Amino acid sequence: MLELAIGIILGGCALGAGCAMIAGIGPGIGEGNAVAKACEAIGRQPESKGAVTSTMLMGCAIAETTGLYALVIAILLIFVAPNMLVNILLRAIA
Amino acid sequence: MKRKSLGFILADTLYIAMMTLPVLAGLILKILTKPASEGISVTGAQIYFTLPLPIQSLPVTESQINSLIVMITALGICLFLTHGLKTRNISRRQHLVEWAVEKVDAMTLDSMGEYFKGFPPFIMSILLLSALSSLLSLFGLYPPTSDINIVAGWAILVFALITYYKFKCGPLGYVKSFCDPPLLAPLNVISEVATPISMAFRHYGNVLSGSVIGVLIATGLQGLSKIVLGWLPGFFGEFPFLQIGLPAVLSIYFDVFSGCLQAYIFAMLTMMYVSGAFNADEYFARKNKKIKN
Repeated sequence: MLELAIGIILGGCALGAGCAMIAGIGPGIGEGNAVAKACEAIGRQPESKGAVTSTMLMGCAIAETTGLYALVIAILLIFVAPNMLVNILLRAIA
Repeated sequence: MKRKSLGFILADTLYIAMMTLPVLAGLILKILTKPASEGISVTGAQIYFTLPLPIQSLPVTESQINSLIVMITALGICLFLTHGLKTRNISRRQHLVEWAVEKVDAMTLDSMGEYFKGFPPFIMSILLLSALSSLLSLFGLYPPTSDINIVAGWAILVFALITYYKFKCGPLGYVKSFCDPPLLAPLNVISEVATPISMAFRHYGNVLSGSVIGVLIATGLQGLSKIVLGWLPGFFGEFPFLQIGLPAVLSIYFDVFSGCLQAYIFAMLTMMYVSGAFNADEYFARKNKKIKN
């Protein structure tokens, strides 16, 4: 019975981490759009390459934030949560 | 060319020692204290020792020691580069440091405006500290920027600066800055609190994800070389040959490029938020009114 409970905890954490990383889709699309538009802008006005590139990097970094929130949650779920939850379970049994 | 004096060479040696010795000391400390582990694993910062304090004992971790190492190294670099400044016949290192200072001055003036003339040293120190912290992983040390406590400290510093410049227009101006459309005031408060959190998470997440992916790929290559080369006899079958060199290619992106880019972005966001928090028109209007009274 204990093995089943620990298995459910580990499986739930892994599933949760996988689901959390669905958030990676958004930044992917957003950054792709940003880079595409920046390429267009540089093609139209090659002399403004420096300004466009630095603005694009800034925008990409900000668009990336939501993805990184998801990444942090996934990392917590994989490396931190299982230990903690199993300890809580064992303490509850004992 | 005139020969350099003995004192100059001695000081140079001292500064170079200041740049290199802390990193070496960190490596030795890590080798001596690292517990023997099976294979490769992802762990947080290792706790070296715990300081007993009255309220709560303070664990001194790898990331704190390593950020001290970075600070001493950065100080050594600055002293080395600015050693022996001259007005004519300048040396190569003076060219380099002049170029860097001019770049940061131009960058700050470009994105912050005339009022924040005194900011380039702060921005430069953030850039140098952040970039060197991330590059520390090239030496096999734990990069302090992949620990959220260190980055959160910087983000809280930036938050304090933002609040200080918002208070420049008086307490009423501070409250008014949240009620730009009065209905959205709660959302503005939330986004104000979210600023340091998102800054800390952005920097930390990028560096941490790089190191996690590096570890995953190193582990994968170990397994792969066991499958591909496992039939070889003795030592050749045991040794993970595929691990040599291949992870370094990824390290160029994840450690060098990503680390330097995150330093640039952190500095850029600091400048944007701080200059955005300062309402120049209102501040000068208030100042003129005070002078008239």
